[in-house]
Amino acid sequence: MQDDARPKFIGSRVQRLEDPRLLTGAGGFVDDIQLAHTLHVALVRSDHAHARILSVDVDAAGALPGVIGIYTADDFSASPLHATSRMKGYQSTGITALAEGKVRFVGEAIAAVVAESRYIAEDAAGLITVGYAPLPDLVDSRIAAASDVLLHEHHESNILVSRKFARGDVAEAFANAAIRVKDSFRFHRKTPLAIENRSYLADFNKGKQALTLYSSTQVPGVIRDALAEVLAMPGHSVRVVAPDVGGGFGGKASLYPEEILVSLLSRKLGQPVKWTSDRLEDLLTTSQAFDEAIDAELAVDKDGHLLGLKAEILGDVGAYSIYPWTAALEPMQVAGFLPGPYQLANYQAEVVAVTTNKTPAGPYRGVGRPAAAFVLERLIDMAAQRLDLDPVEMRRRNLVQPGQFPYRTGSGIVWDQSGFIECLELACKGVNYPALQAERSVARQAGRWFGVGVASYAELTGIGSRMSAAPGMPINTGTETATVEVDASGAVRATFGVASHGQGLETTLAQIVADELSVPVDSVQVIHGDSAAVTHSTGTYASRSAVLAGGAAHLSGQAVRDKVLEAAAFMLEADTDDLDIEDGIISERGTNKTLSLAEVGRAVYSEMGRFPLEMRAELDLRATKFYDPEFGTTTSATHIAAVEIDPETFIVTVKRFLVAEDCGRLINPMIVDGQVHGGIVQGIGAALYEEVVHDQNGQALSASLVDYVAPSAAETPKLEVLHLDTAALGTLGGYRGMGEGGTIGAPAAIANAITDALSHLNINISELPATPERIYRLVTQAIEGDT
Amino acid sequence: MIRKRPIILTVNGSTYARDIEPRRLLTDFLREDLGLTGIHVGCEHGVCGACTVLLDGTSARACLCLAVQADGREVTTVEGMGEIGALSLLQEKFRKHHALQCGFCTPGMLATAHEILSDAAPLTDAEIREALSGNLCRCTGYEHIVRAVSEALSERLGSTAAGSAPNAG
Repeated sequence: MQDDARPKFIGSRVQRLEDPRLLTGAGGFVDDIQLAHTLHVALVRSDHAHARILSVDVDAAGALPGVIGIYTADDFSASPLHATSRMKGYQSTGITALAEGKVRFVGEAIAAVVAESRYIAEDAAGLITVGYAPLPDLVDSRIAAASDVLLHEHHESNILVSRKFARGDVAEAFANAAIRVKDSFRFHRKTPLAIENRSYLADFNKGKQALTLYSSTQVPGVIRDALAEVLAMPGHSVRVVAPDVGGGFGGKASLYPEEILVSLLSRKLGQPVKWTSDRLEDLLTTSQAFDEAIDAELAVDKDGHLLGLKAEILGDVGAYSIYPWTAALEPMQVAGFLPGPYQLANYQAEVVAVTTNKTPAGPYRGVGRPAAAFVLERLIDMAAQRLDLDPVEMRRRNLVQPGQFPYRTGSGIVWDQSGFIECLELACKGVNYPALQAERSVARQAGRWFGVGVASYAELTGIGSRMSAAPGMPINTGTETATVEVDASGAVRATFGVASHGQGLETTLAQIVADELSVPVDSVQVIHGDSAAVTHSTGTYASRSAVLAGGAAHLSGQAVRDKVLEAAAFMLEADTDDLDIEDGIISERGTNKTLSLAEVGRAVYSEMGRFPLEMRAELDLRATKFYDPEFGTTTSATHIAAVEIDPETFIVTVKRFLVAEDCGRLINPMIVDGQVHGGIVQGIGAALYEEVVHDQNGQALSASLVDYVAPSAAETPKLEVLHLDTAALGTLGGYRGMGEGGTIGAPAAIANAITDALSHLNINISELPATPERIYRLVTQAIEGDT
Repeated sequence: MIRKRPIILTVNGSTYARDIEPRRLLTDFLREDLGLTGIHVGCEHGVCGACTVLLDGTSARACLCLAVQADGREVTTVEGMGEIGALSLLQEKFRKHHALQCGFCTPGMLATAHEILSDAAPLTDAEIREALSGNLCRCTGYEHIVRAVSEALSERLGSTAAGSAPNAG
């Protein structure tokens, strides 16, 4: 918007423009799309975690009426796609549509049945028998790391990537420490669990030799580029469309074998081919995350100042190095963010990413930072307890102070100005910390197991091109594009490369464009999630869309405003400086001369000879701009949780949860709240309930929603969110990304609260989720240890 | 070939007569045969609640229901609750309070909420949470959904009370 104009929509609780269709059942998710003559796929999946495939007997299945064909890897000649990395010593794995020769996790697809209906396809899949020669199942990451049995025969070991780094003088820090605290932490595997299962519909047009893939993906641009490579087709002939997508949380941010499969099949068969995952397949094959064992030690001086941190991080990345993020993504992120938002210059870490016979790991909301925050925030509380300091005071003494930005952390990450201390103080005020402590005292006097936990964290969001969203990965995650155009009817369209899957980008990006052009917000149509709509993009992940696409929306909106004013000035015989726009009406100040946007649009495009020849060469009301924030920005928050544990059932109830956060300037406070709420509850799930469990043979024991427990409304507390609402300095518009933070802070705050509730038993929570069974064991051990 | 059976049922006020396989799920019948894709399928084992519809006015998991079981009955899906430009009270409140993000669980959530409003009993937030606990939402953290249902319920009860007052008098 112009400097002199107050934003009308940015900062307002604008009701979402996507809601009417979603509320009336008129949305269009991939599985809702019904193309004529569509064929349906059912997959035969491995029930072994590690085995050679000896035979696939398809005779009975192939004889079933309605079966079009049955395919195995031998039927396709496409070469495997590799997620490459510039990281030294990194070993990639090949990704193919179907397993070639061997299987490496339970659920890996071996054969595809194509039939006239999904019912027939599943009937036929049930008639296929696979012969296996079992191989040793490498399920434990420590065993896999040392094993001579290799998941991928061409590798040197099962360690896909490892790295050591150190800054400062860690040895001296530990030598000078008044106290040291350490523990072995374990964060167990999660699955993102979008309520919409993955779904892909490929439609190959024989006449045009062009493919359209409708995909429930967060990253249509990444998938387009990957498919063009795998299918050996020019990019212009591969279009990937992400229509309405039912949640992603990172689980839909990678390339999946089934996307390649339906594309190959549609090209082969010349008909649309659809595959939609069921929940069992989702729990077996959608990328999982947060599977880390972390040994860490913290050195602290007598006044509670953090001196040094040492960590060994073992990441279980599953059977394949996921495309495009690679196996480095999660474990490296743990190492990078472990020093947290604190003054902590001396840091050393060793990271090892191990391939195992489990579902491939990939991005999940928070990526590495939930585990990092869990470990550091626990260590800080352990140190505070030793020094008899309040956890809030401990953090107050160590958070990077307002005058210290930009601050380079022990891992080399640079925090720009962000409200670290301000969030801590706001959270304490919001929750009335002294009153909460008093409530705890009263509860404890009554014999109740009541605890309060605090966690502070910072994250990089809206990352520009100076660093990759995943280390060493050769994909440009730092740039976004926006095209804004006014057509002959005066309607405004804004086209983006990002893809919304619940974030409300059709609304927030329209708010920005509407303010730039001074038009009503509901007059702006936002196009997103279509690789053909932009020259290049990647998609939505890593809390980037509001910052990067929002910045591009400002730039292209401003450029179109200038073009509108230039055309209008000619039409009104006025100076552009004398023109205003409000609600889509252009007026000349001090006169009663006005033009509507529709009149300008009609004149520019439809009235021949309306403008002189010299103006017409560039006379469209359209602009494409790119935005690259270069470094990105720092989002920060403090979470405070109060929990109570039932001493008989060991069930943890979250009594109170409050977040104070700095996500910069809010585009739409209602949407920001919603993002934080959703993130918190995923964090509560990670802390208390959710765990992907494999047995020693790599069989998934959490293969239904009865066994993989996500929080429902009944387990979820009322959520309180406070915002600093101060513009970030380093980004256009002043926005910071805020899609992931809720999930980063919540596990740490809850782990601290549970530990606090169990302080009378001297129990440290070092393993999440803290299920009733785990708490029961800890309590039993503590009581038996005392006697 | 599996022998098909005739069924006649009412969906959102319209009567449909079809011959279908006995094994066909109600979800597939509604989505694929009738084109009512507002109903979504999230788990196919009755836990997530995304497929919830009203069967003779009572919430039911369409993924655990065969279409033949709906023979002679009345089904209401999200398409029958309101439309763009004429949203129902619940749909309005969901929009006002930002009670949906990706919108995938929303049709099922609305069906359950519809039943809560139909029961017309005053509920605390904790009771609303319990009543909604059969519908998983992964986006919203439920906070805004509870606010939307609570406000819709209050208004419904208020209008019922106001409407019944003259009769009572």
